[in-house]
Amino acid sequence: MIYFLCFVLFCVGLYGILVKRNLIKIIIGMSILDYASYLFLVLVGFRMEGRAPIYDKAQEVKNMVDPIPQALVLTAIVIGLAVLALMISIAVRLYEKYGTYDITEIRKLRG
Amino acid sequence: MTRLLPFFIALPLGCAFLVNLFKNKKAADVLANLCTFILLVLSLATISIVKAHGIVVYKVGNWIPPIGISMVVDGLTVFLLVTVNLVSFLSSLYSIDYMEKYTAKPKFYSLFLLMLTGMNGLIVTGDLFNMFVFLELAGVASYALVAFGTEAEELEASFKYMILSSLSASFVLLGVTMIYSYTSSLNMADVALTLAQKSSSPDVTILFIAVLFLMGFGLKAAIVPFHPWLPDAHPSAPAPISAMLSGVLIKALGIYAMLRVFFCILGASPLFLETLCILGILSMIVGVLLAIGQWDVKRLFAYHSISQVGYVLLGIGLGTPLGILGGLFHLFNHSMFKSLLFLNSGSLDYAAGTRNLKEMGGLKDAMPVTEKTSLVASLSISGIPPFNGFWSKLFIIVACVQARHPGYALWAIIGSLLTLSSFMKVMRYAFYGMPKKAYASLKEAPSSMQAAMIILAIICLLGGVLLFPLFRNALLQPAVDVLLNGKNYATIVFSQLK
Repeated sequence: MIYFLCFVLFCVGLYGILVKRNLIKIIIGMSILDYASYLFLVLVGFRMEGRAPIYDKAQEVKNMVDPIPQALVLTAIVIGLAVLALMISIAVRLYEKYGTYDITEIRKLRG
Repeated sequence: MTRLLPFFIALPLGCAFLVNLFKNKKAADVLANLCTFILLVLSLATISIVKAHGIVVYKVGNWIPPIGISMVVDGLTVFLLVTVNLVSFLSSLYSIDYMEKYTAKPKFYSLFLLMLTGMNGLIVTGDLFNMFVFLELAGVASYALVAFGTEAEELEASFKYMILSSLSASFVLLGVTMIYSYTSSLNMADVALTLAQKSSSPDVTILFIAVLFLMGFGLKAAIVPFHPWLPDAHPSAPAPISAMLSGVLIKALGIYAMLRVFFCILGASPLFLETLCILGILSMIVGVLLAIGQWDVKRLFAYHSISQVGYVLLGIGLGTPLGILGGLFHLFNHSMFKSLLFLNSGSLDYAAGTRNLKEMGGLKDAMPVTEKTSLVASLSISGIPPFNGFWSKLFIIVACVQARHPGYALWAIIGSLLTLSSFMKVMRYAFYGMPKKAYASLKEAPSSMQAAMIILAIICLLGGVLLFPLFRNALLQPAVDVLLNGKNYATIVFSQLK
């Protein structure tokens, strides 16, 4: 069920990128799509009623949440942040040049 | 000797930050060129290492794989490393004079070296998630480089490129996640081993993962249904960066990553090979048809990149030893002549101040070096003997016939003829014909630009030499063997670790 909702979130992001005309809305769609894939990554490591993956002699090693996806998702989020920052700065520069955020009016390239 | 491997990542990464500290342009030139030159020498040195040991594994931080990250160098890796570092050295040499007209030269070198770090890292890594990280690193640097001129068109192209490329990175991340949840490992060799033990018949999960990777890397490689970003992004960048993007970036990020994942990890099924062939032919024909109508020089060259990548895919998709040899050799050759063509277009732009073919004409006398080198590049991209493009296209076409696909061979020949016709148009309008009066006082490009173009032209002319047994056994054959024995990748890597 939760995987299905995650997939729906992914599709919402994809819809945003493909259908919207406003640069900022496309960027928001891109972010939603990214977050859906991060959420999926974290879900992969999740165990029902699991505990934090801290090794201790008093406790036996079982029913721990998988720590690797958590480490991976942090890396992915940082990369996503860098891309997002660059995207927004380019969108701002585009606005300075064209005076609009509408992609149907930003069309100097063709073919 | 395995200690050399981390330098492919550490050296350009370190220099990328150091080069920003220099206010002096000359110092930045020296540092960046020194860095790319050392990398070229290092990559040539790895040829002999792989010849001696077959495959080399470096354990990062001495953690034993599959727990730690590893760097793996085999025949295919070395082949790509030599190609990437050769083109990057010549592009940085060209940048010395070309980038003078832009203001922030040290920042340009910084981004250039970051992009190189990403490509080298992606090529040497033996870990799937690490591959994604380097993919994004090279990607982010290239988005910024496409927008480097900050003109309206460049920003627009960069935005389009960035959205499609980030989308492809998301697909790759999803694929990596699914592989992790299916096999509980990220090390490529370990994943391959687990998948081989799990089942012999292809099941739905693997198929879904394969589709995700095909979309992700296909977008990066600009194969035809995923190509619309390329003709905008590649011409908008400064010329040396266009040479890097078209010459090596689409190959390192797209084709190499795809081949590594499919041949070595998921296993190259007949279905996948057939898909590659069909996508290859589609790219080949659609790319060249779109190219013929273009009047902007760089845009025309960019469409040809799509078409030539199609040849590489067709060759490899045949799956026979000869086909793979032809495909990989064409990959190398395309890096050389396409970089050369983009550098030529940069010189035209530098001297004549236009990229429109209709406004040029009669530049033959004013720019002899550019004219000669671009003649060499045009002939080799169209597959005229004895230039390198002829040999690789010949191998691909012969392999098509041998594999009983004469129809594929026919399409390849048609594509080649169309390529020839569109390059005759370039030569005719840019260099021959009546000289325009406005260009009477035109000067040839400065010396560093000439040097880079002449070196590339010599490589194009003598590229066929690589097929002689001596060179072939050193560079091409090990790469072909890696793809042919993709299934043994895991066992070879693990036997190295013991």
